[in-house]
Amino acid sequence: MKLASLTMIDLSPLWLTAELALITTAILFVLSIPLCYWLAFSNFKFKVVIEAIVSLPLVLPPSVLGFYLLLAFSPENEFGKFLDHYFDTRLVFTFEGLIIASVIYSLPFMVHPLQSGLKNLPVSLREASYTLGKSKTTTLFKILLPNIKPSLLTGLVLTFAHTIGEFGVVLMVGGSIPGETKVVSISIYDEVQAMNYENANFYAGILFVFTFVILLSVYFINQTFTKTNPLND
Amino acid sequence: MIDFYAYKILQTAQGKMPLEVSFQLEQGNLLTIYGNSGAGKTTLLRILAGLTHSEKSRIVVQGECWDNTETKLHLPTQKRAVGFVFQDFALFPNLTIRENLEYALPNGESNKIIDELLELMQLQSLQKSKPQHISGGQKQRVALARAIVRKPKILLLDEPLSALDDEMREKLQDYILKIHKQFNLTTILVSHHLPEIFKLADKVCLIDSGSIQKMGSPTEVFTDNKISNKFKITGEVLAIEKTDFLYVVQVLVGNSIIKVVATEKEIEGISISSKVIVASKAFNPIIQKIGLK
Repeated sequence: MKLASLTMIDLSPLWLTAELALITTAILFVLSIPLCYWLAFSNFKFKVVIEAIVSLPLVLPPSVLGFYLLLAFSPENEFGKFLDHYFDTRLVFTFEGLIIASVIYSLPFMVHPLQSGLKNLPVSLREASYTLGKSKTTTLFKILLPNIKPSLLTGLVLTFAHTIGEFGVVLMVGGSIPGETKVVSISIYDEVQAMNYENANFYAGILFVFTFVILLSVYFINQTFTKTNPLND
Repeated sequence: MIDFYAYKILQTAQGKMPLEVSFQLEQGNLLTIYGNSGAGKTTLLRILAGLTHSEKSRIVVQGECWDNTETKLHLPTQKRAVGFVFQDFALFPNLTIRENLEYALPNGESNKIIDELLELMQLQSLQKSKPQHISGGQKQRVALARAIVRKPKILLLDEPLSALDDEMREKLQDYILKIHKQFNLTTILVSHHLPEIFKLADKVCLIDSGSIQKMGSPTEVFTDNKISNKFKITGEVLAIEKTDFLYVVQVLVGNSIIKVVATEKEIEGISISSKVIVASKAFNPIIQKIGLK
């Protein structure tokens, strides 16, 4: 009985979730490096406004964020109309829409570790590189980033794990279209609604173990880094 | 020739303090900047290197203008031919000693100078080590070598020897002199250490309360020229003992302690840790070569 029900389990939400988390993490990594550099070192007067906006997803209920994204993506409204008209793209109830929503929702999880990593580096490292004739870009890629490896790792893993766990935003923007937007967290909800507790338990158990293993490895690797990190001397 | 003028409001613990400094320095000279902490010594080096902006400045180095607030010219640090040795050395922890030096090499230039500098600073055996695995004195030598790789016109040293013990300090002073002469540099060194200044500097610039109080050779700046002494040494007061009529002052000179008798008038203004000159003009001291005959 148990085996029979398990064989009926649809594995596509698992792959879809992994795909969504990987793409979101990759996009956020690329976007966050210049953003964090700016946040860490700029003297811009209204920087706090940007910092507050970046941190919004931390405190805002996901359904609120999802609701506004749904409104923005809707072809009924200006932004949605613009995308529809010029790019022939619909973001509501599509995987692409889900990616954009996830990028916004997980932004602080990538930005905060990177920003504090860069800020905590001794200023003299950056200045020494400038006095050696190196540009800001060379300094960033050859000196600053290689010296904040623990922060990079934390940002990558937290973003990945957080994207896997998102529910409210995904439900609002993506709905629950099998193979397109139905991720694991939604599947758990659907299975519980349909009283299929065994299936729900299967999905939930995988998420539980996977997330725990990820966090465990981050703490373990960071502990090793901290022990060997010369900047902690 | 360096023609330097800068005016900047400094934020100090006692509130705002204007720093206004102007000096000229011949090419090949070694200038030390001496003054209390918070006097603006490091800020001067930073303005020269382009790391700190000032309210008003005009800096011309060997005919090339680096800073002029009137014409709004501010050459970025990267384009100024300076070598800067930071107080904390600022070695890159992700690179080995050799890679730290190679990082400084301008694109397409031969790395012959890297080998030359590693040899000159006796760092060959450490070239594959990471900075976190070498001693303070070794880090200092790497920082000095790295600052020279680009063949700068000016070498700026921000109290680089302050964290080292006396023996190491003396060795590194020799390295600084060697580099200064071999690469025909104009060097500016921030230092608190009088014996170091007397050993290294052609010129001293004494800064207090945001402006230059005195500038000249170490002897001109730190001694009263009226003394036509036969010999003099500088040291630091360790103790002052009162005897029946006079005072006995213990002075640390290098690693030795000497006792000097002083009158009450002489002792005025001198306290423990004062920097003093011990001079004699009345008798001939004995001089002997040290070592085996």
